Amino acid sequence: MANNIGSALLAALITAIVVAPVFGLQLVRQGARTLMAPHWDLVALASATVFVFHLVRPWLARAFGSIRLPTLPAAPTGGDRRVIFLLIALAVVWPFFGGRSQVDIATLVLIYVMLGLGLNIVVGFAGLLDLGFVGFYAVGAYTYALLYHWAGWGFWEALPLAGATSALFGFVLGFPVLRLRGDYLAIVTLGFGEIIRLLLTNLTWLTGGPDGISGIPKPSVFGIEMARRPSTEGGTTLHQLLGLPFDNQHMVVYLYLMALMLALFTLFVSNRLVRMPIGRAWEALREDEIACRSLGLNPTRIKLSAFTLGAMFAGFGGAFFAARQGLVNPESFTFIESALILAIVVLGGMGSQLGVILAAILLTVLPELAREFAEYRMLMFGLVMVLMMMWRPQGLLPMKRPHVELAP
Amino acid sequence: MNAADPAGIAAGAPGSAARPLLQIHGLSMRFGGLLAVNDVAFDVRADEVFAIIGPNGAGKTTVFNCVGGFYRPSSGRVLLDGQSITGLPSHKVARHGLVRTFQNVRLFKQLTVLENLLVAQHTQVESRLLPGLLKLKSYQDSETQARRRAAQWLDFMGLRQFANREAGNLAYGHQRRLEIARCMITQPRLLMLDEPAAGLNPQEKHDLQRMIDRLRREFGVAVLLIEHDMNLVMGISDRILVMEHGKPITTGAPAEVRSDPRVVKAYLGEA
Repeated sequence: MANNIGSALLAALITAIVVAPVFGLQLVRQGARTLMAPHWDLVALASATVFVFHLVRPWLARAFGSIRLPTLPAAPTGGDRRVIFLLIALAVVWPFFGGRSQVDIATLVLIYVMLGLGLNIVVGFAGLLDLGFVGFYAVGAYTYALLYHWAGWGFWEALPLAGATSALFGFVLGFPVLRLRGDYLAIVTLGFGEIIRLLLTNLTWLTGGPDGISGIPKPSVFGIEMARRPSTEGGTTLHQLLGLPFDNQHMVVYLYLMALMLALFTLFVSNRLVRMPIGRAWEALREDEIACRSLGLNPTRIKLSAFTLGAMFAGFGGAFFAARQGLVNPESFTFIESALILAIVVLGGMGSQLGVILAAILLTVLPELAREFAEYRMLMFGLVMVLMMMWRPQGLLPMKRPHVELAP
Repeated sequence: MNAADPAGIAAGAPGSAARPLLQIHGLSMRFGGLLAVNDVAFDVRADEVFAIIGPNGAGKTTVFNCVGGFYRPSSGRVLLDGQSITGLPSHKVARHGLVRTFQNVRLFKQLTVLENLLVAQHTQVESRLLPGLLKLKSYQDSETQARRRAAQWLDFMGLRQFANREAGNLAYGHQRRLEIARCMITQPRLLMLDEPAAGLNPQEKHDLQRMIDRLRREFGVAVLLIEHDMNLVMGISDRILVMEHGKPITTGAPAEVRSDPRVVKAYLGEA
């Protein structure tokens, strides 16, 4: 017991030291002067809480030690085809009945699904830690924005080019840096993401600088505009053509459906890729690069392909993002965005596509639901990550190896 | 023992019948001040099992790394079938038909046993993007064949029941066998085994010896072997190179090597 009190006192003391500069001393402005106002009560409260917790911890551990945290099943590999079709059908139909803001959030979720699945190729499959993924997202967004701004391109023409440009950036960046590994690669990619953002901010003549580019048109429906009035003389809009009254909700649903289509496309492609020779090579490379080389696999080419394909999906996501927002500026492509996408991949379970989708939903919807606590968003975010790493370090739905029946 | 078997050479080595499959000339490897390999020369014929032995730290694995392209030798030449492969990167060396196992087994631990064998066929299968994404017939056929070849090797090694097991969960002896299967499925001309018997029990060592013998006879592969287990080395090798402190001491048939006083001295110290 004495031992216990000692450690509790120590914990309380450490808490006091850590908390004092943060809560204990607050800066208060008084006219032109800045004063330091002490709040020792807060510090005392924090220390007392920690002290009491540490005192009763052995007892708590005894009381709750037998309780097992729930475990989730591993992600199914194939899944029932009917279940998948039902889920897709549900995803297609519900926005027609959902509210505007829900559909809007769902669209955002789908963008993150797309980005998460793209980064999953790089981090989950190939095991290359990429902290600058947002750079490729930015390249995709600005490709469409610039093509529209300078050449008047529409979304559908720009979409493939946005993917291709991002892929090219992935390739060009990958070439010199992929001989680096682990931490070094992470730092270089982090730098790359920042360089892209700074370029976009400072190349004012081209990108509009911090203001970005605005007035980017929404996608058309097979060349037919979706707006209240046609933008060109003598043009028709979709609602006129269909004889419906104009409704903003149409655009929201249309954007959602398009995001769904792009996300499903990403899911389909990445799902097939991982079962193909290239996907196997990615995973093998993640496991053991030297063994790969000893079997005749060229590690540089394999890493580059992962980097390039991952970047391509970020490019698609970026172009769609630009179309949805109607405005791009460098503010949307900060490091925190890269961290969020990486968190989605890690939280979902590296390499697990179902897990990534689930995590994208969680990490996008939960902050929206908890808007009142927006100030504590990052705090909760961090807490969730810590708890996840303790409870389920392999992610929500870890990847399961494919099971193949061999012919006798 | 070394008498040339005309049929074997004709089958194993295209071109000049007299030319060995692998030739090493004056190979040296220097790490800073340490001369790890000092002027080593030997050759491996297309139908033989050639062993390198020597005390720990003699530079055997360094020779392997130089031959396999994992190190760029400081000097010397490595010829495969008369063609220089000196200084080529390891994946290119492997594509010339020269593959190896590792002292500490290097499997793709989180991949299944079957996937390990599929990855090894990467250079043989249809690995382009579009045929795979569209599931074209050429891709599907190539995958079916790859699985069939994998199944054959699993049968050969007696590992079929573990096909869908993660490779890292296999028993150690099975991991060793899988690693050899993974090499053989690339259809190599020269198989380099780095201490294949390390950590195996006597029964497994016995099985290994028979397996290496079968690989040579049934698949016409030459074997370059590093091994400490003298029973295995003496029982299986056609010729043996003995190294000490990076230098070759002698090369010869097992009986010659065993009775060579210099070899005895290297292993047992001054009598």
